[in-house]
Amino acid sequence: MPRNYSITQTISPGIDWVVVAVYLMLVAIGILCIFMVEYKPNTDILASFISGKTNYSKQLFFAGVCLVAAIFILLTDSKIYTAFANLSYTFGIVLMLATFVVGRSINGSKSWISVGGGFNLQSAELCKIFTALALAKYLSRQETDFSKLKSQLIGGALALAPALLSVLQNETGLALVYLSFFIVMYREGLPPGLLIFGFSFGALVIATLIVEPNTLALVLTIIAALTIYLVRKQLKRNKRLLTIIILLWALSVGIQRFAVPYIFNNVFQCYQSTRIYSMVGKDYDCSKNQHHTNSSKANYKPPRKPDDYNVRQSKIAIGSGGVWGKGFLKGTQTRGKYVPEQHTDFIFTSLGEAFGLVGSLIFLLIYLFLLFRIIAIAERQRSTFSRVYAYSVASILFFHIVVNVCMTIGLFPIIGIPLPLISYGGSSLLTFTILIFIMLRLDADRQMVLR
Amino acid sequence: MPVFNQSRSRVIQIVFAIVFIVIAAQLTNLQVFSKKYKLQAANNAIYRKVIYPDRGIIFDRKQRSLLENSIMFDLVVTPAETRGIDTLALCNLLGIDTAEYKRRMRDIIFKNTSVRPSVFEPLLSQELYARLNENMYKFPGFELSERSVRTYPFHIGANFLGYTAEVNPAFLSKHKEEGYEMGDYTGMTGLERTYEKVLMGQRGIKRYIKDNRSRIQGSYENGIFDTAAVAGKNLYLSLDARLQALGEKLMTNKVGSIVAIDPNTGGILCMVSAPTYDPNYLTGSERSRHFNKLYKDPRLPLLNRAIYTTYSPGSTFKTVVGIVGLSEGVIDERFSIVCNGAFWGCGNGRPKCLDKGTFNLTSAIAHSDNTYFATVYKRILDQQRYGGADSALKVFNSYAYTFGLGHRLSIDLPGEQPGNIPISSYYRKIFGKNWNSCNVISNAIGQGEVSTTVLQLANVMATIANKGWYYTPHMVDSIEGNEFDDLLDRFKEKHLTDSNIPDTVYEAVQNGMQGVMEYGTGAAAQVPGVVVCGKTGTVQNFYHGVAQKDHAFFGAFAPRSHPKIAIAVLCENAGFGAQSAAPIASLMIEQYLKDSVPEPDRKLKVEEIAKLNLIPARMKEEMNRLDSIKLRREEEQNRQNLQEQLLDSTTTETTAAILSDAGEQLYLPSLPKPPDQKQKQPITMAILMTDHKKKKTFQFNA
Repeated sequence: MPRNYSITQTISPGIDWVVVAVYLMLVAIGILCIFMVEYKPNTDILASFISGKTNYSKQLFFAGVCLVAAIFILLTDSKIYTAFANLSYTFGIVLMLATFVVGRSINGSKSWISVGGGFNLQSAELCKIFTALALAKYLSRQETDFSKLKSQLIGGALALAPALLSVLQNETGLALVYLSFFIVMYREGLPPGLLIFGFSFGALVIATLIVEPNTLALVLTIIAALTIYLVRKQLKRNKRLLTIIILLWALSVGIQRFAVPYIFNNVFQCYQSTRIYSMVGKDYDCSKNQHHTNSSKANYKPPRKPDDYNVRQSKIAIGSGGVWGKGFLKGTQTRGKYVPEQHTDFIFTSLGEAFGLVGSLIFLLIYLFLLFRIIAIAERQRSTFSRVYAYSVASILFFHIVVNVCMTIGLFPIIGIPLPLISYGGSSLLTFTILIFIMLRLDADRQMVLR
Repeated sequence: MPVFNQSRSRVIQIVFAIVFIVIAAQLTNLQVFSKKYKLQAANNAIYRKVIYPDRGIIFDRKQRSLLENSIMFDLVVTPAETRGIDTLALCNLLGIDTAEYKRRMRDIIFKNTSVRPSVFEPLLSQELYARLNENMYKFPGFELSERSVRTYPFHIGANFLGYTAEVNPAFLSKHKEEGYEMGDYTGMTGLERTYEKVLMGQRGIKRYIKDNRSRIQGSYENGIFDTAAVAGKNLYLSLDARLQALGEKLMTNKVGSIVAIDPNTGGILCMVSAPTYDPNYLTGSERSRHFNKLYKDPRLPLLNRAIYTTYSPGSTFKTVVGIVGLSEGVIDERFSIVCNGAFWGCGNGRPKCLDKGTFNLTSAIAHSDNTYFATVYKRILDQQRYGGADSALKVFNSYAYTFGLGHRLSIDLPGEQPGNIPISSYYRKIFGKNWNSCNVISNAIGQGEVSTTVLQLANVMATIANKGWYYTPHMVDSIEGNEFDDLLDRFKEKHLTDSNIPDTVYEAVQNGMQGVMEYGTGAAAQVPGVVVCGKTGTVQNFYHGVAQKDHAFFGAFAPRSHPKIAIAVLCENAGFGAQSAAPIASLMIEQYLKDSVPEPDRKLKVEEIAKLNLIPARMKEEMNRLDSIKLRREEEQNRQNLQEQLLDSTTTETTAAILSDAGEQLYLPSLPKPPDQKQKQPITMAILMTDHKKKKTFQFNA
């Protein structure tokens, strides 16, 4: 053991090999999953892995590229990350803006930049790294007092600026990922009330979709009345409390009656509204949508398949796996290509079908272990920069995993974000590799105080 | 500052854990507790292909197949695979233009997508099949797909054979447990329905994995769940195909029915319902159009008049009245009566009689004397020992029941009607409780409320021929294998009439019936060299309250000493039974006993009767309204010619030989078009016969 220790010491001292092992395991599982999706009987498996024509062989190639990138990162000096944090953020924003000019449109979102050789890069993906670095840099500044509102607003702005650009690029899914930075900010002192408020807002929006408007207004009114009744004694002493309750009530009803319908009909595209509605099991009437009525009224075609086809097929595939699964390469739904986008966003379905509940839970535990490990790494940092950055990595991973898995099992509307390290795609794999290995680099130098 | 709040780290970890627990819960819900996903996945991905076994074949008593399965071919296309074919060449072969080709393709793609095979042209003719088969390599994406179709080489027996048709939702919900699926065919009427379970065999199932576009990806689990198809069993009827063919020929342009029974076994020798139709008419691609046409025909050709329609038996019922009278002792054979024009026993001069004179039982039957039987019937009901008409009628009825009247005989065909033997409670309602024999005197001569099917009347003839017993009339004599023998057990049970009736009573009635043929009402219908016993009947009838021309009835059996055939013939609205029904019966008896109608004058008679048009006026009027009348006549003519060929040939072997010769010609590549209608007919027949041959060769190949 001491010998081993000395070897790792010499190559790269202080590297957290547990995370590296989990990382490699997940990448391997990913390639296997893509193989399951694309597998055709009676083909030479070895040849097809080397050929570069199938997606799993491409992913293998991407993994090789990522390994090179990872080693490169581990060989760098930690100080360059603090030094170039702000510069890289600026570069990221410029890249995203450039996308509007030179970008390519893939699957309806103009967020890709061609980097030659037939490979495309999604700028919003890369920008996550830069944002994490910039946020870490900002929060670790000695003059930053994050308990002040001004700092909180600047932090929020740093996180949301790329998100805004991403929305404009028609990549709502990736934009949502930037919300994960609020978890980091919470750790660094953002008042919990804000998160609770945000959560309540989400609950209210969902309730608006599900419950009939007048019923919901009545329910809200009853809740307000009950609250007033319960706190009637404090009311006598504190007149402002009554005002707050009434204002909150008015806000809730306002959101429910006007804001949500306005957003769904005027801000979102028809397909987005339809997807969100279908998640809660409702039909959305596209004729009410402003975009729809403005632009495509003339050539509107009623959808041939209900828009929840993806979720339904995905649930069928996962549900048919049962407790133990159908076995490696035996998934009938996977082989029949019933689930759309199964090698990218819906990769989890092939796992759920082939290995069942047991396999899925083991897989999720690997993820959870990784997250907890990263949090542990974060907490052992001496420098705020490293801690914030590590929390950013954990939060981004968490958000991706949860949204992606929830989407395949019907707990979240379909927004196209990949499953970290598993889904097919070089852009995504490279981003997560860089994210994780920068963290490992910083962690290796945890004795240093970085600013 | 550096460690702002350690507890928040804990909170974040807890939030992560909770969210993962929620995901785990939903996964458990989907994968363990929601069974529907497994089923849906199977429906998605496993394609169950039903392998249909050959349906059983139906043979007549001499092993001639009345119907058989032949392979016909559909031209099937998978539009996605048809790129770059010579459309024009295909259109020329099919005789359609390219616009029609495009229209069909569009329809197919719209209905069934372009990746799944769909029928482009169903049920190709033999000639077209031959031409296409040579050229198929030119048309990738098109293929010829087999389909099993019923064909009827003799073109006879439509009404009792029945037809198969696609199951409807009502049928499916009624037969849930029997494995039928939408799109399956099942026997709808006739023998096809009664013996559905026997004929259908057992379907096999093959399972395949399919993809999201229903393309087959390979067999599921290497076929370990597949089951093999078991062919249906054949039926062997007691029917005589040539007798049936003659019957159908004789009944052309008439409305009515013929039923002939072998009195020794109860087996049906022929069952004609007229007008009928060519059973081939209801197979193939034109089925629904043809069915509609038949359905709307005012002569109701789809009806099986032998068992479904009930008629007053008329004077044929007098035989039963005579037997009951003799056995009850109200008359004896020497009892005679004078008729001076009418029956005055009830004081009103009804019913009238046609021949005046003195009659005993024998001559009364021979001359069908109404007065005699009215007297007998009145005496039966007026018997003091039963203490009233009510119980006396009950006695009379119990005799009638033992002759198979007043209840279903339970022949192995669906839709049999029971007929009616009126009971006293019915009369009490009409005439009050003091009703008497005079109220119901018309029953004595088979009018009034008494009604029977033609089958029941044939069965009465068989019972009289047997002197007091019958077997339940049945179509099927035996079934291939012994799996279904219990279905036929009930046909082996002898039904006896009242044991008090001595043979002498039957002798007396048979004397009268022989008299009918020798000097009585049926004298015109003798069969050369055979002692026939018969009885005419002339039945008054009404349609919507308006009196129509009388129905002609005739019941007979022969030969008297060792009866081999009992027969009942009914011609609706044909006038006296002696003019149509009786000669038909006599020709039928001769055909059966001699297996042909040898003498030239008798052959002439066959033609004469076949030409005789006795379609009731009201039906004629109705038919004239229908535009399709011309077409129907042509088809009818066609069929008659085919039947004629069958009857003209002395043995079926020669028929087959002649036909197969014609069939050979068909395979010559440059067959000149037949110059006229007359030459075309043997070829049509030949097509059907070659179908049969074709099927054989396919079996060898398989």
